Amino acid sequence: MLVFIIRRLLQSMLALLIMSVLIFAGVFAIGNPIDILINPQADQAEIARATAALGLDQPLWVQYWDFLRNAFSGDLGRSFAYNVPAVQLIFERMPATVELALTAMLMAIVFGIPLGLSAGMKPDSWFSKTIMAGSILGFSLPTFWVGLMLIMVFSVYLGWLPSTGRGHTTLLFGVPVSFLNWDGLMHLLMPALNLALFKLSLLIRLTRAGTREAMLQDYVKFARARGLPMRRIVLVHVLKNIMIPIVTVIGLEFGSLIAFSIITETIFAWPGMGKLLIDSINVLDRPVIVAYVLIIVFMFVIINLAVDLLYSLLDPRVRLTGAQT
Amino acid sequence: MTRRIYGILNPLVPRGNCMPFRVFFAAAIALLFGTASAADLTIALSADITSLDPHYVAAQPNINIGWHVFDALTRVDERARLIPGIAESWRAVNPTTWEFKLHKGVKFHDGSELTTEDVAFSLERPLTITGSPGGFAVYVRPIVAREIVDRYTIRLKTAAPYGALPQDLNSILIVSKKAASNATPADFDSGRAMIGSGPYKFVRFLHGDRVELVRFDGHWEAPAAWDKVTFRVMPTDTARTAALLAGDVDVIENVPTADLARLRGSPNFRLAQAVSWRTIFFHLDQHRTRPPLITDKTGRPLAANPFMDVRVRRAISKAINRPALVERVMEGAAVPAANVVAPQIFGHNAELKPDAYDPDGAKKLLAEAGYPDGFGLTIAAPNNRYVNDDQVAQTVAQMLARVGIRCRVDTMPFSVYMTKARDQQFSFAMLGWGSYSADLALRSLAGTFSPDKGYGAWNWGRYSNPDLDRLIGQALGTVDEKKRAAIAREAGALAARDLAIIPLYHQIATWAMKKNISYIARTDEFTLAHQFRPAQ
Repeated sequence: MLVFIIRRLLQSMLALLIMSVLIFAGVFAIGNPIDILINPQADQAEIARATAALGLDQPLWVQYWDFLRNAFSGDLGRSFAYNVPAVQLIFERMPATVELALTAMLMAIVFGIPLGLSAGMKPDSWFSKTIMAGSILGFSLPTFWVGLMLIMVFSVYLGWLPSTGRGHTTLLFGVPVSFLNWDGLMHLLMPALNLALFKLSLLIRLTRAGTREAMLQDYVKFARARGLPMRRIVLVHVLKNIMIPIVTVIGLEFGSLIAFSIITETIFAWPGMGKLLIDSINVLDRPVIVAYVLIIVFMFVIINLAVDLLYSLLDPRVRLTGAQT
Repeated sequence: MTRRIYGILNPLVPRGNCMPFRVFFAAAIALLFGTASAADLTIALSADITSLDPHYVAAQPNINIGWHVFDALTRVDERARLIPGIAESWRAVNPTTWEFKLHKGVKFHDGSELTTEDVAFSLERPLTITGSPGGFAVYVRPIVAREIVDRYTIRLKTAAPYGALPQDLNSILIVSKKAASNATPADFDSGRAMIGSGPYKFVRFLHGDRVELVRFDGHWEAPAAWDKVTFRVMPTDTARTAALLAGDVDVIENVPTADLARLRGSPNFRLAQAVSWRTIFFHLDQHRTRPPLITDKTGRPLAANPFMDVRVRRAISKAINRPALVERVMEGAAVPAANVVAPQIFGHNAELKPDAYDPDGAKKLLAEAGYPDGFGLTIAAPNNRYVNDDQVAQTVAQMLARVGIRCRVDTMPFSVYMTKARDQQFSFAMLGWGSYSADLALRSLAGTFSPDKGYGAWNWGRYSNPDLDRLIGQALGTVDEKKRAAIAREAGALAARDLAIIPLYHQIATWAMKKNISYIARTDEFTLAHQFRPAQ
């Protein structure tokens, strides 16, 4: 187990290194941040001075080498636009995104799995058909459109919920969170729902497919023959058996919720990391882009590790050995 | 692309008949949480505030916040005319020495008095900022010596006569020497060093979200109307408009053109508009014999650069139907341009008129210049920087096609565009420019490219005319304001006659607000809380 974890972490270092090279070269190929951020009244000498001050006049490999040296001492650079360390900037915004993603994931799990189970058990009832039709909508409607419609209906038209922003936050262990006060909760509701919709549909369909398959298995028949109540069969035996694919998907999808909640954050002016990434790409704020991607890669590594560990809990046949990756 | 989709799917339908419900909920919410005081103002900004250090990076949203907390020696009014700030007067003692006299009794938020010590410190500070991609050093670099005469008088010496100095100093906000000495950028963001003399005191700053301010009652002018001001960052056009319609904010800036008609027709909101200082124009390559992307109609390179011939430039200008562009693509949110600077700006030449739409005249000029069948070119433009920038480029391409010039359109994100443009990869490229005076704008845009003189830093087309350079130099070196304006107008006329650039239009800046608030729209596009007034 320990060997497995260490091996995983070493592999992730390699992934981080490769990502940093790719991002570095990519941003370099797009353009020069000085061209975008420079004061329009600046003359050529001023432009050259600013370029040199940021080290952007150096060849790419020199810039990368400097970055690597600093990175190994824990410094991923300072944002050009914000003038604060990139990592600090990202971590400042991370709670908002993580809270949004967690809430969305929670909504998806709390509604998705029960709905999927019931749709899987009685696939022909009108209720399951409605659920399945709804999940197709949830899948196929683009997030930005749904977001705009939510704002239109609940904020502009009905005036029930605030249209945008994060509202008041409360400190929980030193981290600002929204869900502990009413105003924050109201602000959280719509963006979280918007973000959850796709995952909800995904979980419904996944659970339904798993349930339908499991219901035909021998162990279910035997359990019924033994006279176990249906509740116990479904909630203990079936659920446990269909959990492995669901946990995998939840893990991966949670990572993508955090990393790519950009559209929802933009529409709802939610001050999270996704918006930061877009802003940074627009002004080619390389330290922030690189740090962001590295943090996300690392996060995916950790999530996958957690998923693997969960497997072994859910299914005793899965052994975590060094050979498995 | 996304912006266009948002435009089509804009969810701002007229309100339905659900008022009783709304009223009920508003009342319920008011009971639960207490209503915000009537003298609070919430404003949605359209771009992110990156740093509160007023000398770090010259980005409009940052400066916008700076203007609330700090003052400068000089200011510009809503029509971009230079007016006194905390300097009650200034004069040129001799051509290279400016003397500024401060108002007496200007107080910082910590109660201490603002004196020439703070001014001298603030004028030097931009030069000490390192690692800024676009700082304020350019405004103070002409100053070679700062001489404090007494607590309220300071003399600034320049190496050569420089008439634009009072104008430039409107961009340098005055910080407190005591609070800002050795202050790091984090000290400004946290508020420790955010001690200014401006009409509002800093409360708190949340990156990417909001800035909160409260009124400073000790301001040297009449105190502002609002007790508490909150700026919220909302870069998405639809989110901004929706927030206004939903009542979450009182004011929004940069109203999307697609929403103008709806908001104008609504009884609950009010618009404020002014011709902005931003001029949109095209740079044409005028120095390479074989400029890239310019071909004959079959795609082969031309023997000579057609843009070197002023008749071709004039033909292109005549082929562009500016009124149609303004009316249709910009939905009225622009005015046709002949100058590089907008009508209110110092040195604008009102005698210049935009070229009238004249496709036949354009064809004739092209034939005279030796291109009776036209030629082919590629219009380069950003697609996420200026209002409707990509649609404008496409429309101009169609207009040019009517006089026989075959156009391709190449639009790209601004971040990609700028580096390519600076790298001289385009021959026909769009740019937008805002400046406080015509001579400064011409120096950057149409002055002969010369790193030594600092001319032509943004002259992508490398247009060069010694007569124009001489006029620009003369204007900038004139400390008498009237004379300087006259020379700047002359320079503007010369650049227009020669079509150094092809001006399209000046944008119109629009604010939308609740009916019970009013604003005098500003040419320089700043959104200043203390200039919003409660209206009846």
